[in-house]
Amino acid sequence: MIRVYTSSVIDASADTVWSRIRDFNGMPQWHPGIADSRIENGDASDRVGCIRHFHTRDGGMIRERLLALSDYDYSCVYEILESPMGVENYVATLKLTPVTDGARCFAEWSAEFDCAETRETELVETIGDRVFQGGFDALKAHFSRR
Amino acid sequence: MLQHVVRSTVIDAPIERVWAVLRDFNSHDRWHEVVTESRIEGDERSDQVGCVRSFTLDDGNRIREQLIALSDSEHKSTYCIVEATVPLQRYVATVTLKPVTDGDRTFWHWESTFATPPGRERELREMVARDVYEAGFTNLRRHLREGGDRRASGLAAAMPSALPLPSRSAIAHHYGGPEVLQPGDGEAAAPGPGEVRIRQRAIGVNYIDVYLRKGWIPAMLPLPGVPGMEAVGTVVDVGAGVSGVLPGDRVAYLGSTAGAYCNVRTVPAEWVVRLPAGVEDDVAAATLLKGITADVLLRDLGHVGAGTRLLVHAAAGGVGLLVCSWARRLGAVVIGTVSSEAKARVAREHGCGHPIVTSEHRFAEVVQAQFGGADVVIDGIGDAARDENFAALARRGHWISLGQASGALRPIAADQLVQKSITFSRPAVFDYVATQAQLAERAQRVWTALADGTLKAPPIERHSLGAAAEAHARLESRRTIGALVLIA
Repeated sequence: MIRVYTSSVIDASADTVWSRIRDFNGMPQWHPGIADSRIENGDASDRVGCIRHFHTRDGGMIRERLLALSDYDYSCVYEILESPMGVENYVATLKLTPVTDGARCFAEWSAEFDCAETRETELVETIGDRVFQGGFDALKAHFSRR
Repeated sequence: MLQHVVRSTVIDAPIERVWAVLRDFNSHDRWHEVVTESRIEGDERSDQVGCVRSFTLDDGNRIREQLIALSDSEHKSTYCIVEATVPLQRYVATVTLKPVTDGDRTFWHWESTFATPPGRERELREMVARDVYEAGFTNLRRHLREGGDRRASGLAAAMPSALPLPSRSAIAHHYGGPEVLQPGDGEAAAPGPGEVRIRQRAIGVNYIDVYLRKGWIPAMLPLPGVPGMEAVGTVVDVGAGVSGVLPGDRVAYLGSTAGAYCNVRTVPAEWVVRLPAGVEDDVAAATLLKGITADVLLRDLGHVGAGTRLLVHAAAGGVGLLVCSWARRLGAVVIGTVSSEAKARVAREHGCGHPIVTSEHRFAEVVQAQFGGADVVIDGIGDAARDENFAALARRGHWISLGQASGALRPIAADQLVQKSITFSRPAVFDYVATQAQLAERAQRVWTALADGTLKAPPIERHSLGAAAEAHARLESRRTIGALVLIA
């Protein structure tokens, strides 16, 4: 099992950041790597169990299922059902925690998965740097502009 | 109703540094200004789950808290109040650190739940949040900024391990005969980072020690110099960052820098291997370098297996006997040269099937006539046996020049090798144990071979450290059988 862990501090309250990322169908609005997104079967995008079907900017199609959503913990957990990445048993968690001294929050994005041994390094880099850190960088840029 | 207080912050330091302070349950009087004095009750360590810290606050209140959970993997510490002069009831607090991977900083989360007497909820919540947690954030930031965590604690400074220890040695002030080895008095410095200090009991004597004493390789023994590449003893203390060995461990070491002829020595931890209980001190000193040498000769260089015709010189010497017994187990035809009938008998007992007694290094004719030549020659003689070795080798034979006891080998022309497609190697064993992992693997192979009988320990001749000169004289006299060991 491979684990990727990325964390950052974003200059906005957890409530504010959460309202931007909570929507399971809303990645294209805040993550620069995502081109489009739809929810399958006409489900609501905050219904646990719903499936988002989206494309990355480089054209890859990914389907992910929402496994848990907590407005209390500011966290969501999801798994990959289908993707061109060559990962199995991929489960990821995105979570915010308030930083009480100042209007900031601590953001964590982590994933566990299996893959071919030869691809570990490449996947850890792609997921940790491009997907997770790329998302954090976009959030940091967005909230510093306000 | 249970009160809940949460405070969190981001500290501009890597998580390892922050955690090193916070995991110590008794560190708070060094960094938190509200804590005037703290101690751990009983004789327990401050990272022992269950330990109790007893401390006084600057307002005179006294508190006893117990560590109830500690996780280095989650960077998490949980504790509760067991007794206090402030009315915090059922108080349980958790400190959690998380790495901010984006910038190498640390997220610090501190929370607690507790009950209070009626009407004092708000006052006590604020006291915990502001005076303890928020003030703690500020205080720890300053502590780290001022390097308070990097100053040696009073305990470390007072430890006797910081002092050098006297060490007796056998030291050469000149290059020359055995008599240049004189008793000397020196010091073994306290172990620095990555080092281990060892009180030695047995020291292996090897032919390389003689070469160094004679001044053949001055770079390896600058004067005044202490020879010796290997020893066995007990770890006295270890420097920072050393894992795998602890004070009190029985260990052996092998290193490429001379200096083992002494009774206390500080060496790099990567030279050191732990010693299995079944291997005696003097056996380990007699077999570590020599056994690893045999392993390199037979496995890496000679590729010795069933039917290999192996010719080993000085077959009754320390390396020779180990090579004989190991090669026999591998199924080789073991031919050995020795200088006396007594040595032939011992060599035979250790697996040398065909000892040749010769005092003038004459053996090629017998080897060719009886065996059709040798596939592998292990040569510690050097120049005096140069032409005989060449004549004794079979076609595609391999000549391993391990030593030059009789004198430096004259150059061998490449065109001479082509006459029988001979290969030649000139190994330095230290290149085969350049990392701790390689050393540990090879040492383990020697200990295992000794334990299961594959390797038969050679007879050991013991001399005291003070009589190192006599030991060298004996080794060079060619009268010894087996291995020589100095007892410190």
